[in-house]
Amino acid sequence: MSYTGWFVDQFGAGPGWFLANLTLILAIAFPVMVGVAVAVYADRKIWAAMQMRRGPNVVGPFGILQTFADAAKLFLKETIIPTGASTGVFLLAPMISFTLALVVWAVMPFDAGLVLADLNVGLLYIFAVSSMGVYGIIMSGWASNSKYAFLGGLRSAAQMVSYEVSMGFILVSVMMVAQSLNLSDIVMSQKGNVLGVLNGNIFNPLLFPMAIMFFITALAETNRPPFDLPEAEAELVAGYQVEYSSMSFALFFLGEYANILFMCALIPTLFLGGWLPPLDLPVLYLVPGFVWFLGKMALMFFIFAWVKATVPRYRYDQLMRLGWKVFLPLSLFWVVLVSGWLMFTGHFASLPA
Amino acid sequence: MAAFAFYLFAGLLLTSGLMVITAKNPVHSVLWLILAFFNAAGLFILLGAEFLAMLLVIVYVGAVAVLFLFVVMMLDIDFRALQRGALQNLPLGLAVSGVILAEVLLVASGWTAGQGVIVHEALAGPPPGMSNTQWIGSQLYTRYFFVFSMSGLILLAAMVGAIVLTHRRRVGIKKQSIAAQNARTPAATLGVGKAGLGQGVEL
Repeated sequence: MSYTGWFVDQFGAGPGWFLANLTLILAIAFPVMVGVAVAVYADRKIWAAMQMRRGPNVVGPFGILQTFADAAKLFLKETIIPTGASTGVFLLAPMISFTLALVVWAVMPFDAGLVLADLNVGLLYIFAVSSMGVYGIIMSGWASNSKYAFLGGLRSAAQMVSYEVSMGFILVSVMMVAQSLNLSDIVMSQKGNVLGVLNGNIFNPLLFPMAIMFFITALAETNRPPFDLPEAEAELVAGYQVEYSSMSFALFFLGEYANILFMCALIPTLFLGGWLPPLDLPVLYLVPGFVWFLGKMALMFFIFAWVKATVPRYRYDQLMRLGWKVFLPLSLFWVVLVSGWLMFTGHFASLPA
Repeated sequence: MAAFAFYLFAGLLLTSGLMVITAKNPVHSVLWLILAFFNAAGLFILLGAEFLAMLLVIVYVGAVAVLFLFVVMMLDIDFRALQRGALQNLPLGLAVSGVILAEVLLVASGWTAGQGVIVHEALAGPPPGMSNTQWIGSQLYTRYFFVFSMSGLILLAAMVGAIVLTHRRRVGIKKQSIAAQNARTPAATLGVGKAGLGQGVEL
């Protein structure tokens, strides 16, 4: 009997379905929050190691409780609302950021069949939710009634809209190869798709440049360095976060890292074969798919932290040039190239007309 | 359940639509408009048009409304003058909206689905073995290809027009050429010389 089926038997159709989904949502949201705490710690440790520092090492063994100490400090601080702020929008903005960062996990397949909502437009759902993420930032920037916050909000809006365009084209080429918008189908289409043994679109020479571009676009979408201009501390103090304190700041922070973790999960799903092992050998399937998935996520997170530690911040006009003049034409050309190749090789022949 | 969801989305849609035109602050108006888009997407999902719902959120909420917000936030509006203007134009506005309402009622009561509009096929839903998205694609790129590409061309013309109207060639500015920067070599830009005591170097 399925998990939802058991709840329906126990509590009746309506409440049972509700309870089953509620527990499943919590079963995703809590690990994501713990993952965020670990990710913040890992980020600081990796960053410190690359700069030959020690990083957090005081609170708990190896400083592993540092994030929890920081969170406790933020919980206990006073929430300050600026006098000139538009209070409703000011308080709504961090909630939107945080909620959208969690909601997007609903369609992520962690293993074969291990997904909360197996939507057949899963990829579009992710694109829609991530394109709404800009509202948390733009609303906070406007509602704070502060110059720095406003500039940060405007920068962020322009940046995220610019990079979404090329991100959309990259997703189009992936979904044409997979012939599906469902994330589980996209993962399964990568099983032995290159030379019969390699699992993953990234091994496909046609999609390899797309994978690299998607990684860079993901950095820009999550406002990670070298694209962290919305919160550039050197010129904007902290951009849109400047007027926030206490829990409202914590929500922004958690949402940002939850988004980063999601991108670290989405890149493996689209390009590295998701929960599949990298090679299509029977012995590798003895390791549970969930472990492969987490391993790939950790690898991607390490690369995110690596980039943050090594690459200097982009200048704003260079950021726009990269988005509009390099990535947009390149990804558009690649969509034509990929679709032409697929048409030429008869990839679409199986589709019902 | 579906009925509850419908009334929830429809009620929120109407409420936020009302708030768009009654909110005092234009930025709040745009935020209400975004909520209205969002609830319309919810109604699309209830109709089984999940692809359209996602497109509505991506295009309108994710891109168009961001640009709206961008522009509206930058505007410096004198609200008093705006309200005075609204009161002056109230009779004219009421007259125009009355005419439109009458037209809508006339059309809605007298209209029957008929010639020229292919309703029966569209209502049939996708053929078996095909998802909603594939079906829309296969119709759009075969049967409605001409209309589809014409609408694309119209959008292109609008885009070109907007760029032509706003583009200006500025003189006397320094522009960065990244290709030229990357093509620089030490041999072309760097010279190593020995400066004798009190003599300096020649550049």
